[in-house]
Amino acid sequence: MDATLILHLILWPPLIGFLINGLFGNSIPKWAVSIIACLGPLTSFTGTVLAYKFLSGPAHDIPLYTWFIVEGSAKINFGFYIDHLAIIMLFVVTGVGSLIHAYSTGYMHDDKGYSRFMAYMNLFLFSMLLLVLGSNLVVLFAGWEGVGLCSFLLIGFWFENKEYNKAAAKAFIMNRIGDLGFLVAIFLIINKFGGIEFTSIHETLMEEGQLNDPQIALICLMLFLGVCGKSAQIPLFTWLPDAMAGPTPVSALIHAATMVTAGIYLIARMYFLFDYSPLSLNVIAITGCITALIAATIALKQNDIKKILAYSTVSQLGYMAVALGVGSYISAVFHLMTHAFFKALLFLGAGSVIHGLHGEQDISKMGGLKSKMKWTYAVMLIGTLAIVGCPPFAGFFSKDEILASVYSKNFWYFLVLAFASVFTAWYMFRLLFATFHGQFRGSEVKFEKVHESSYSMVIPLIVLALFSMFGGFAGLPELTGGEHNLYKFLVQTIAQTRFKVSHLFEYSLWGITIVALISIAYLTYRKYATSSKVVFESGNSLVSKIILNKFYLDELYLILFVNPLKKTGSWIINQFEYGVIDRLIRIPDTLIESSSIALKNLQSGKLSWYLLSTAVSILLIVLVFIYR
Amino acid sequence: MQNLFYILSGLTIFAAIMVIISKHPIRSILFLVFTFFLISAHYVLLNAQFLALVNVVVYAGAIMVLFLFVVMFLNLNQDIERFKSWIPLSAAAISGACLFLVFFSAFRTSVLASHENTGGYQQGLVENLGEVLYRDYLFPMEICSILFLVAMIGVVLLGRKERVEPIKNLVP
Amino acid sequence: MNTIPELIRTVPLQHYLVLSTCLFFIGMIGVLVRRNIIIVFMCIEIMLNAVNLLMVSVSAYRGEASGQIMVLFIMAVAAAEVSVGLAIIVMMYKNLKTTNIDLFNQLKG
Repeated sequence: MDATLILHLILWPPLIGFLINGLFGNSIPKWAVSIIACLGPLTSFTGTVLAYKFLSGPAHDIPLYTWFIVEGSAKINFGFYIDHLAIIMLFVVTGVGSLIHAYSTGYMHDDKGYSRFMAYMNLFLFSMLLLVLGSNLVVLFAGWEGVGLCSFLLIGFWFENKEYNKAAAKAFIMNRIGDLGFLVAIFLIINKFGGIEFTSIHETLMEEGQLNDPQIALICLMLFLGVCGKSAQIPLFTWLPDAMAGPTPVSALIHAATMVTAGIYLIARMYFLFDYSPLSLNVIAITGCITALIAATIALKQNDIKKILAYSTVSQLGYMAVALGVGSYISAVFHLMTHAFFKALLFLGAGSVIHGLHGEQDISKMGGLKSKMKWTYAVMLIGTLAIVGCPPFAGFFSKDEILASVYSKNFWYFLVLAFASVFTAWYMFRLLFATFHGQFRGSEVKFEKVHESSYSMVIPLIVLALFSMFGGFAGLPELTGGEHNLYKFLVQTIAQTRFKVSHLFEYSLWGITIVALISIAYLTYRKYATSSKVVFESGNSLVSKIILNKFYLDELYLILFVNPLKKTGSWIINQFEYGVIDRLIRIPDTLIESSSIALKNLQSGKLSWYLLSTAVSILLIVLVFIYR
Repeated sequence: MQNLFYILSGLTIFAAIMVIISKHPIRSILFLVFTFFLISAHYVLLNAQFLALVNVVVYAGAIMVLFLFVVMFLNLNQDIERFKSWIPLSAAAISGACLFLVFFSAFRTSVLASHENTGGYQQGLVENLGEVLYRDYLFPMEICSILFLVAMIGVVLLGRKERVEPIKNLVP
Repeated sequence: MNTIPELIRTVPLQHYLVLSTCLFFIGMIGVLVRRNIIIVFMCIEIMLNAVNLLMVSVSAYRGEASGQIMVLFIMAVAAAEVSVGLAIIVMMYKNLKTTNIDLFNQLKG
């Protein structure tokens, strides 16, 4: 089948859905909005399946037309590139995207901005596809900015709330900082390689690339700054927890499954470049370690169900970054994929809980929901088991692979990740037990009103749960005797040798994992499910106070960056704006005003004055004609 | 004969000045009628006999009667002029006088190209004028009739009483 | 009757010009200094007549009837103008109860 045709089939349906819903959403019935909104991602998904089935060969380069030409160096195509990595990402984006669209039709159905929401979601999906399919960094950047914009629009979706708007602006500004780095990297790449296509950069590198070239290191670090912004790594991760202000399907789709993994995708896409700069790989790994640990620590003490999941997302993104940093790109993509499944599942499950509790998000006011929401409980249980890495769920395989590959490169990174992993297990079990087990901690009346969600929400949950259960089998480790199909598939794009660890280590890792999980589950169950009076952290001791306040990072940024900027701004506005510019502007202003006051008297409205001035003007005209 | 012109001219200017200096509107109107008669006399001297007649009929007869009628109608026969300040008055007088001087000096030295080709007394008779009017100026004359029609409609519209909307009864 | 054309030969055209200029500016000064709108209107009539006189005299000296036809048209226009103008004055008097043009100060945006 023709690759161009498939590309068009994948790329454009969400945009068409956006245009229809965005322009005419208010004038067509709701069921039509739902169908149009879901049809876009579904068509794209079909296209992805077709691409997987029918496209042969490692990669298809599809330059649609020349977008613009950088004078003297590079020609930039509006072009697309379908290879194995892109197909995996497409499956994640369109598959999870379709499910979340279907879920949204139930979750957002009664919202008054329903059609606007669906339009934004479609636009997001289109941007994400642009990002995934772009054949060069500029198209990728267009998609990158597009998803950033949609993220902004959707976080601030309930724009009547000022706090939500602030969260949206925070996410947008944090991403701007990262995007600046990305842009600088693009300019540096054009300057150095004279081209921006992935293939041409790769070829140039193969011919004349040098290890530890400082220019390449700079490019990599700049790219990584962009990744930090988009994929919420330290120091730019604080926007992601605040981004939970958006509706829950948004949190699931954008801030867990797809958009935040764009940074991971970017590095996997540019892996050949990062391979030439071990320094930047180390930076990525260290950043990932710190992010994973800190985020997991903060998540331990949070009580907002969505915030816990948000910090968990940050932590898992840290895992992926470490995997990238040790050069194990395929493991990172593997975890990206399984994470998309189970984190989307967890978010949607949390959304179902919130929906059932009519907007309650605090887990200290939940408990005992197991009997009321059986389906939600079941899928949340599966999601939790998947994320903590319990065999044989999806998270186990991917996480195990990351841990093993990190261990094969650097023991200390491994240790940090193992700790983070323990924390992960703790806060996830805590969330599960505090929410579904024990007694309901709200009022009786409220408990009576708790209800299971509608089918349009439950069915996507079940599908995602199935994926979370069996998604891991795409990459069975060597030890099980199975085949790592994902590796075989992706290695055609990402030429990377498989890491080696001893069998003894693998066995002991599995054993420790299982023992640790069981003990943590037992401890948390006793603490949050059985005792009648569950104690939630209030931050009495110093350590818990620090953790509860998220290490005071927001306050630190406020002191370090925001306040100085505000002060500079107010200084400039007082000294320069009012002092110089305003005064300059007032000169013509006063001139015009005074002259107009003088001229205003000409139009007195008095007939006699008009007659006199007519006579005087005739006199002047005649004088001019005679004595010229 | 020459003196006749100068006597007439002096009288004309005197009457015109009296129009603008007499305080009573009725007196002004009467002096204006007198001025128009004098101008008609000038027309006779200039061999424009038909125009002299028309001038008397239209200006002195119709227009001045209209003026008189309005003054009577508005009961304006008392003086309403009040000097507010000398500045606009003097400015008006000075600018008018300046303009007059300029025009005067310009016309004093003007020379007409052909002086000999005078048309004789038949030129201003209605026979001759009618021929020129209906031969060369037929279209403007027709336009003139439309102008009168428009003026008539305009005057009727202006003079019409404002129709007052009846106030609706508030209680149903 | 035959003696009348002789007058044209004895009086130079310039004198007629000066006469009509005088009349015109008397009218104009009247327009500028008088405050009664009806007098002002009358002064405008004087100015029109001054122009008429000028036209007739030049027409006579050139021996051409066109000037007199023009005067005829001016008279027609003047008649229309006076009727409309007086109607306006009457309306304004009805509204403002005055004919003093210093009090007509509505003519502005």
